[in-house]
Amino acid sequence: MPASPDTAPILRMQNVSKTFPGVKALRNVQLTVYPGEVHALMGENGAGKSTLMKILSGAYIPDPGAEIEIDGTLVQIDGPLAAKARGIAIIYQELALSPNLTVAENIYLGREARRGFLIDRAAMYAGCGDILRSLGATFGPRTLVGDLSIAGQQMVEVARAIHQRSRILVMDEPTTALSSRETEKLFQIILRLKAEGLAIIYISHRMAEVYELSERVSVLRDGGYVGTLSRDEIQPESIVRMMVGRDLSSFYKKEHKPAGARTPVLEVMNLSDGGRVKSGSFTLHAGEVLGLAGLVGAGRTELARLIYGAEPRTAGTVKLNGQPVDYRTPGEAIDGGVVYLTEDRRAQGLFLDMTCGDNINLGVIGRDAKWGGWLDRVRGRLRSLAPIKAMAIRVPGPEIPVGTLSGGNQQKVLLSRLLETRPKVLILDEPTRGVDIGAKSEIYRIIDELAQSGAAVLVISSELPEVVGIADRVVVMREGRTVGEVSGHDITEQSIMAFATGVDIEKVAA
Amino acid sequence: MSDTVSASKPERQRLRQEQMRSLIRSIGMLPVLIVLGILVQLAGIYFTGEGRFLTWQNLSIVAQQASINAVLGAGMTFVILTGGIDLSVGSILAAAAVVGLEVSQVAGNLGVLAALLTGLVIGLGNGVLIAFLKLPPFIVTLGSLTAVRGLARLLGNDTTVFNSDLPFAFIGNDSIGIEGVFEIPWLVVIAFLVIVGSWLILRRTVLGVHIYAVGGNQAAARLSGIKVWAVLLFVYGASGLLAGLGGVMQAARLYAANGLQLGQSYELDAIAAVILGGTSFVGGIGSIWGTLIGALIIAVLTNGLILLGVTDVWQYIAKGAVIIGAVALDRYRLRGSART
Repeated sequence: MPASPDTAPILRMQNVSKTFPGVKALRNVQLTVYPGEVHALMGENGAGKSTLMKILSGAYIPDPGAEIEIDGTLVQIDGPLAAKARGIAIIYQELALSPNLTVAENIYLGREARRGFLIDRAAMYAGCGDILRSLGATFGPRTLVGDLSIAGQQMVEVARAIHQRSRILVMDEPTTALSSRETEKLFQIILRLKAEGLAIIYISHRMAEVYELSERVSVLRDGGYVGTLSRDEIQPESIVRMMVGRDLSSFYKKEHKPAGARTPVLEVMNLSDGGRVKSGSFTLHAGEVLGLAGLVGAGRTELARLIYGAEPRTAGTVKLNGQPVDYRTPGEAIDGGVVYLTEDRRAQGLFLDMTCGDNINLGVIGRDAKWGGWLDRVRGRLRSLAPIKAMAIRVPGPEIPVGTLSGGNQQKVLLSRLLETRPKVLILDEPTRGVDIGAKSEIYRIIDELAQSGAAVLVISSELPEVVGIADRVVVMREGRTVGEVSGHDITEQSIMAFATGVDIEKVAA
Repeated sequence: MSDTVSASKPERQRLRQEQMRSLIRSIGMLPVLIVLGILVQLAGIYFTGEGRFLTWQNLSIVAQQASINAVLGAGMTFVILTGGIDLSVGSILAAAAVVGLEVSQVAGNLGVLAALLTGLVIGLGNGVLIAFLKLPPFIVTLGSLTAVRGLARLLGNDTTVFNSDLPFAFIGNDSIGIEGVFEIPWLVVIAFLVIVGSWLILRRTVLGVHIYAVGGNQAAARLSGIKVWAVLLFVYGASGLLAGLGGVMQAARLYAANGLQLGQSYELDAIAAVILGGTSFVGGIGSIWGTLIGALIIAVLTNGLILLGVTDVWQYIAKGAVIIGAVALDRYRLRGSART
């Protein structure tokens, strides 16, 4: 293995700060990366990882005083092209490919092979065939990118980086949408690239991956540099402590007690949409937090949307307080007391240009309105002030556009909108996705209080520690079916994973 | 600022910044309008020796010229706020005017009602296709731009429909107020009422919030229980209805309507007014006052160029250049926050 500290660093960033209007996103951050190493970059959401990488890729210009050296020479990265010319390539979580073009066209995008004025497709197909083969791709250069799986598309991005002779490759949470087999394959590719002397900056929240792959780990917290651990110092506990700055005891809240005589509120039986959801069944009781776990793509979100009336069902029944219900629109579900928090708050939840107040009130302005649909603005203001205070939403006033808030505060605004309708059943889809650690624990507290007050809460989550930490019972989905349930002390990451992946099931049952 | 929410110093500063930005946004193009007015006046003095622009009589003419476009622009504002577009308003105006005049020949003032209904029905037709068949608004209204133009000609037997004894002609030609002292043309009164009514709907009703919500994020609107179809039906219906009202105003002014010529390319002026007013083309951001200012900018420009004796050909070129220039200026000014 090409050792690190004996060789000269390929990249050295020092004194990097970045100020946005009103926010200091980075304060004197440093990062040193050697060729042939996988360098993990860790930190909570909002710690500044993305900002640092955007500076490296030329998307942001750092504050004056920052020093970026590549191969020991001081360089100015003043745009994406400059970064590319220095051999820096970034693979973002949201892949930057054109689905309507072929693999070869994507790899050559912006640097098309030409013959005179004409595009030389034959040369392009030939030129990237080798790279694709070396990566072990099962598709050819003529395949449409839109036809590939996420893993395949990621491979195209890697191929593009190799083809551009990139020497520093940044990967931002590359395994989020991959199955375990695809992840395994990606790791092999990463190891090969490392052996060829590339430096890989690997951003991930998953401790196991970081442990498996990386030579060194650098940790950021609140826009500042905390430290770098070398391979033999890497330990989950120390990394978490560096990321959070405090111990995690009493992080999850579970003070509510599932009532002895449990009243079923929501009973879902064999629900199906004829596609992604084949058969979903579970019972949700009053005053209970039920976890819905499963791998990405297992059909959890789709099942929730069926219950909520966002998509039409083809089979199955839903009962609310014993009465069969068939919501055809989300509006009907809300009127019935069932609300759904989307996993994608920016695209499906919030109205980013509208104020916090309007966003909070949106579900109830119809109920509050005077005759003829006239807004009750006094009441609306009161309604928006109360949750801002109760949920500690950090915003100077309800007239601020919600798009300017941080992820955690946005999530609390969206949650407030649901709570204002006084729901009996809450379906919360990834309620802590993309929120910082402080807001996370506040959201857990809110969920706990909701259960205490008698609401029935279904939490869909891909973060196993979260599910284990807050749920009274956990229902697990696999490939569109609810396949198992664990409760009480049996709720462990292992037992949930066993159901979610379908392996080891006998061992768990035994 | 509320005292129940604790605000630290930087937060208060941010609040002030935010208020400033929304102020700039709502004032929008007003400075452009004022500067344009002054320029036209100065150019008049410089080139022709007399400033005829800033006279009560001329300003009244400008307001009248802006009135029909402002009414169409109000409907267009509803539509564009939802992220849509209505290309058919010029054709609807023609069809409504023809129907209004024909009905007025036999039933007098019922012609007004007939014209409004014509506009409403065609607009709702657009709305049904967009809301229920989920067809793209551009394509639906591009189709009805052509089809309704044909309908307008058909309804008038492809000739000009006259009514020299039009009972509602006062709308187009008379004023309200004390004669000789203070008069406001009916056209201007109607346009102003439409603008105020639209403002009330957009800012003071649940429907208005829902219109902004649908334009801001249609997926989120659906998930949060808003009846998106009802909102779409309303905005296209309103656009059609207001185009019908524009037809009444136009017919009342001319005592005549020609299905072929009336309202040609009015949709473009209405869209220009909305865009000049700072309303985002992707929906969710904008105000009706902006549209009013946009319509006034277009009218001032047209009027000023005529006063200066600029030929028709150059008027077109100048108008187009000002529209692009003004929006470019706006973009530049709101850099970073805007997404027109």
